[in-house]
Amino acid sequence: MSNNVMSEIRKDYLYHLVMNNERADGRSFDQYREISLETGVIKKADGSARVRLGNTQVLVGVKIQPGEPYSDSPDRGVIITNAELVPLASPNFEPGPPNEHGIELARLVDRGVRESKSIDLDALCITPGQKVWILFIDIHILDDCGNIMDASSLGAIAALMTAKVPAEQYGLGEDWPLPVRDIPVATTVVEFGGVLMSDPDTDEETAADTKLTVITTADGSVCGMQKRGPGPLSMDNIYRIVDISCEKAKEIREKFLDV
Amino acid sequence: MDDKLSFFKDGIRLDGRRPGELRPVKIEAGVLERADGSCYIEMGGNKVIAAVYGPREVHPRHLQKVTRAIVRYRYNMASFSVEERKRPGPDRRSHEVSKVSREALEPVILTHYFPRSVIDVFVEVLQADAGTRTAGINAASVALADAGVPMKSLVSSCAAGKVDGQIILDPMKDEDNFGEGDMPLAMTPDGEVTLLQADGRFTVEEMREAMETARKGCEQIYEIQKKALIDRYSRLEDPKEEGSGV
Repeated sequence: MSNNVMSEIRKDYLYHLVMNNERADGRSFDQYREISLETGVIKKADGSARVRLGNTQVLVGVKIQPGEPYSDSPDRGVIITNAELVPLASPNFEPGPPNEHGIELARLVDRGVRESKSIDLDALCITPGQKVWILFIDIHILDDCGNIMDASSLGAIAALMTAKVPAEQYGLGEDWPLPVRDIPVATTVVEFGGVLMSDPDTDEETAADTKLTVITTADGSVCGMQKRGPGPLSMDNIYRIVDISCEKAKEIREKFLDV
Repeated sequence: MDDKLSFFKDGIRLDGRRPGELRPVKIEAGVLERADGSCYIEMGGNKVIAAVYGPREVHPRHLQKVTRAIVRYRYNMASFSVEERKRPGPDRRSHEVSKVSREALEPVILTHYFPRSVIDVFVEVLQADAGTRTAGINAASVALADAGVPMKSLVSSCAAGKVDGQIILDPMKDEDNFGEGDMPLAMTPDGEVTLLQADGRFTVEEMREAMETARKGCEQIYEIQKKALIDRYSRLEDPKEEGSGV
């Protein structure tokens, strides 16, 4: 995240690498670090996933409980997304209520799930106006080595895709798998030294002023987008990033989320 | 509203606008006495006021940066600004809006002129009608200029949306709530994008069209912002306005 301290000499080094078309860990500019995804890692959760993206580690747990609907959508389920940037994951994280980074992360993951309409909220109604299923998506960052956004988003959708609605526990019939209709995938690109780099690690995130996270759906539409960081982006670079994102998201979806 | 109800009647939107038309915009610079810079804006039904304090000393001190000023941006909605009373104070949404709005202005502020100081931007939404963050950025940008904060340029902001499969400029409340997508954007007059968000569903082509549409809106708003600043300072030169002269 942006509070990292970085020496000028390290930044210069990264800059010179970029000038030679290289990255510190030898990846090409559009290449992701190695991804591994395990689901069902937490038995007490109704759906869970642990994502490793290089050395970045994120754990996402989904809990599903009956509760009251919102008054403006009495017959629809509820999604609540929260991210915990716990202090064990980075020297920059502090205990306490989520700061703006944590809030932004959670809201972006939420936006992907919500705007892609991957969860059929109508199917989560139990008694209209009184009782609906509430979906809690809780993101726990374990090790922040850069790009926790993409890792969290991948973890969230993987946890949802393997989640079961625990109906039996509440005397509401048999457990049933949570129906997931679309697979949103978030991909993040930073601009640094005039080039666009996918999946930034900590140093690249710190050195770069600007990131763009694009969330795409299975049909290649954009369902969420957010420029992050204190720098600008040209329209041309935005278009290029969206194209890169569509392609990368497709690869990730096919490799890890193909059902 | 019924989903099947159309957002257009003979190609005209429900509030009488064409697809690429902004709502009326009114901007006035220098509306507050105590603030170093201020601005009041009306964009459609949005009424937003922005104030700038600083560059000034940073409190708490540990936040200061030795090489540049920090920028703080507080977006706040009045409890009476929306249909159902909003609980006062920051919620998760306003935290996020504050962050992206700050990042929309940081690219143009020459913060390195003022090491160890802070530039505080306070934005109060008095009446909300879809597009409060863009209105807030427009007002904040003018307020910064009014405060004399050195900037590379102004920042102008507006949203594009998608309703009935068509891209529109500056969605109003119903188009935002019941439409298929919303894409707020902020940019400098030379076309650098400083804020970009999107929700809903856009194909890649629609995304490009929406960005172009929003760009045209920003260009119009830029002219209004400039005029507000010129008006403000030509007003100052007119001695008749200052006191009765007796």
